[in-house]
Amino acid sequence: MINRYNWRTTLEAICIPIAAILFSLVLFGVFCAAAGANPLAVYGSIYKAAFGNWYSLQNTLIRAAPLMLSSLCTALPARLGLVIIGNEGALVVGGLGAIATGLALASAPPTLVQLAMALAGIVCGGLWIGAVGALRYYRAVNETISSLLLNYIAIALLNHLVGGVMRDPSSVNKVSSYPIPEIDMLGSIPGTRVHYGLIYGLVACVIAYFLIQRTTFGFAARIAGGNVRAARIAGLPVGKLTMAICFLAGSCAGLAGMVEVAAVHGRANESLNANYGYSGILVAFIARHNPLAATIVAILLGGILASGGILQRSHGLPDATVLVFQGLVFLVVLYSESLYGRLAIFKERPVSPGQVPPTPTNDQPSPAPV
Amino acid sequence: MSTKKPLFVPRRHVIRGLLATTAFGVTSRLWTGCTPVKESEASSGNSGSSAKGKQIVMGFIYVGPKDDYGYNQAQAQGKAGVSKLPWVKSIEEANVPETTAVQETMRNMIEQDGATVLFPTSFGYFDPHILKLAKDYPEVQFFHCGGLYQADKHPKNVGSYFGYIDEAEYISGIVAAHTSKTGKLGFIAAKPIPQVLRNINSFTLGARSINPKVTTQVIFTGDWSLPVKEAEAANSMADQGVDVLTCHVDSPKVVVETAEKRGIFCTGYHASQATLAPKGYLTGSEWDWTNVYSKYAEMLQAGKTLMNGGIPHLVRGGLKDGFLKLSDYGSAVSAETKKDAEVAKAKFLDGSMVIYKGEIKDNQGKVVIPPGKDYKQQDTELEKMNWLASGVIGNVSS
Repeated sequence: MINRYNWRTTLEAICIPIAAILFSLVLFGVFCAAAGANPLAVYGSIYKAAFGNWYSLQNTLIRAAPLMLSSLCTALPARLGLVIIGNEGALVVGGLGAIATGLALASAPPTLVQLAMALAGIVCGGLWIGAVGALRYYRAVNETISSLLLNYIAIALLNHLVGGVMRDPSSVNKVSSYPIPEIDMLGSIPGTRVHYGLIYGLVACVIAYFLIQRTTFGFAARIAGGNVRAARIAGLPVGKLTMAICFLAGSCAGLAGMVEVAAVHGRANESLNANYGYSGILVAFIARHNPLAATIVAILLGGILASGGILQRSHGLPDATVLVFQGLVFLVVLYSESLYGRLAIFKERPVSPGQVPPTPTNDQPSPAPV
Repeated sequence: MSTKKPLFVPRRHVIRGLLATTAFGVTSRLWTGCTPVKESEASSGNSGSSAKGKQIVMGFIYVGPKDDYGYNQAQAQGKAGVSKLPWVKSIEEANVPETTAVQETMRNMIEQDGATVLFPTSFGYFDPHILKLAKDYPEVQFFHCGGLYQADKHPKNVGSYFGYIDEAEYISGIVAAHTSKTGKLGFIAAKPIPQVLRNINSFTLGARSINPKVTTQVIFTGDWSLPVKEAEAANSMADQGVDVLTCHVDSPKVVVETAEKRGIFCTGYHASQATLAPKGYLTGSEWDWTNVYSKYAEMLQAGKTLMNGGIPHLVRGGLKDGFLKLSDYGSAVSAETKKDAEVAKAKFLDGSMVIYKGEIKDNQGKVVIPPGKDYKQQDTELEKMNWLASGVIGNVSS
């Protein structure tokens, strides 16, 4: 049957990433045992510090919020067949745009300022990755390399502006820009310590999912991602699609930058590039570029990162342990990508002859006698 | 078949899957249940053995790694020393940057590990991070290593402590001036904040008390830990004929190793780097944080806190109070040098030494300490220092 739904594919898409994460947990346990800590106790601590109680869960959610937005910067173009790793640069540029707008409009009512900052973050981030898309379409520059190198340019731009024109002379310890007024900062969701960036992330992921899976625009993008030549032959505007998707992707990361500035720091300084960009790439890959799955994976990864402190304090493990864990997860997940379609258990079962419904044949029932 | 439901999972598989998940969940409860029970048993055992009973949980936070042969290593040694006291349970976290990450670390230590006393040791943790957390947790005491506490501005549960390490720098200067053949000394500094400038000036004044013509070339790298810049500065100074190097950065490892490679002498800072430079290491200014933390631990155990006034908000000390010590003399230090150094040390120990005694001019020729005026070490005027003494080549605004 042409449109028979294969539940095994969905199962495969869920089982293989989960198995990959479990396997990387096992490998991490081996690493911990080699470093002199009890692996089961380490798992217990990670669970306790990531999801154990409401306090830890809030820590996890705070860390997951920028990851959700930042992962969209890789997940959206991936549907178009582009591998973009410029999340860090777009985040930084979005943050810069947001702080510049926030400082310029300091005397306006808070809602307007926050809206303007969000728009500035979106536009700046979008233009940054849009440039990557343009380079790819017009001059066939490899988008992975160009987005990666633009990261460095963005960070250098941040340091230059924050250390120069936007520098706050009273920030002696850490060179940073002027702070935005307290009242303009994004508040926390009432009753929690988590800022509104989490809501932005969830909403953005849902919108991205619908955009890609349920609109004609997303459909066109997926076709172009599947086979560019076929898309061109079919008459799809591949160039416009590339630029539009790249702009959207960059705007998500730019919004993440704005959230970092407006909700967490209140100013722009070198701690804007706190590796949320690169972790976003990891989230997108584990989630197989599905925005809805990216929310869950972002929470998982946020939990892993939030447990970094307790690994040092309670088990005496070195502080880079959580990065080792993150790296292991990434490696195992990348390896598991090669297993799709190879495991017999998930392959489509051949349809047995007895199950085939009777096809309409040319045998007509004998004409009824008139 | 088109009539079959899309996601057909046999009931058997569903039941098996649920059983497996429940089993996993139950066992993971066991794991997480295990460790806290073990810890509480252990801690109740500990507190049972000590007469006073109550255990104080102290949290230490470092900005860099614990094995940096510098500031953070000295702090970690202090923490290890104070952990030997039976009523102290200490936890530490290293490599915490001076951003909101340290707020999260402090919060985690308070909420997850039950810390009641925190020692965030880096200068940049104070504003706004400690101040914000101090407001959120008025029952927890925060002791900051630095000089920034002001009674009228800052919350009651914040205190600060620091040592007059410039006393040891003065003696290092004496040793350096004796041993230097070219009369050119070099100082690699991080940022031109008052504490750093005070070290540079004390070093130079100590050196000039032996040889009035000696000069100290100073280079500011801009941040506490920039190994590449520190190496470049060390090399460029060695090229210019400097033959004794010293520094005030978080990790003097790079400077000391570069000096040894270039065959020049060096004096250390924060901790002892003698093992890194067996030939060139003369002496050094080391912290003795174990002493300081033990004193705090004793005050805390006696029930004194910052809030009830039992612990002073500003704790300072020098060689006399055991806050710092001088490294052992290296092989290149002559007997005459040792004699002069010991004389100065004795003067510090009996309190008669005044480093900042007028008249002192800065390196622009202006008089910064008029003749006849002397500033004792505890004088708060010195904590606002913003000049470089005459004999220092360099300027404050780099």
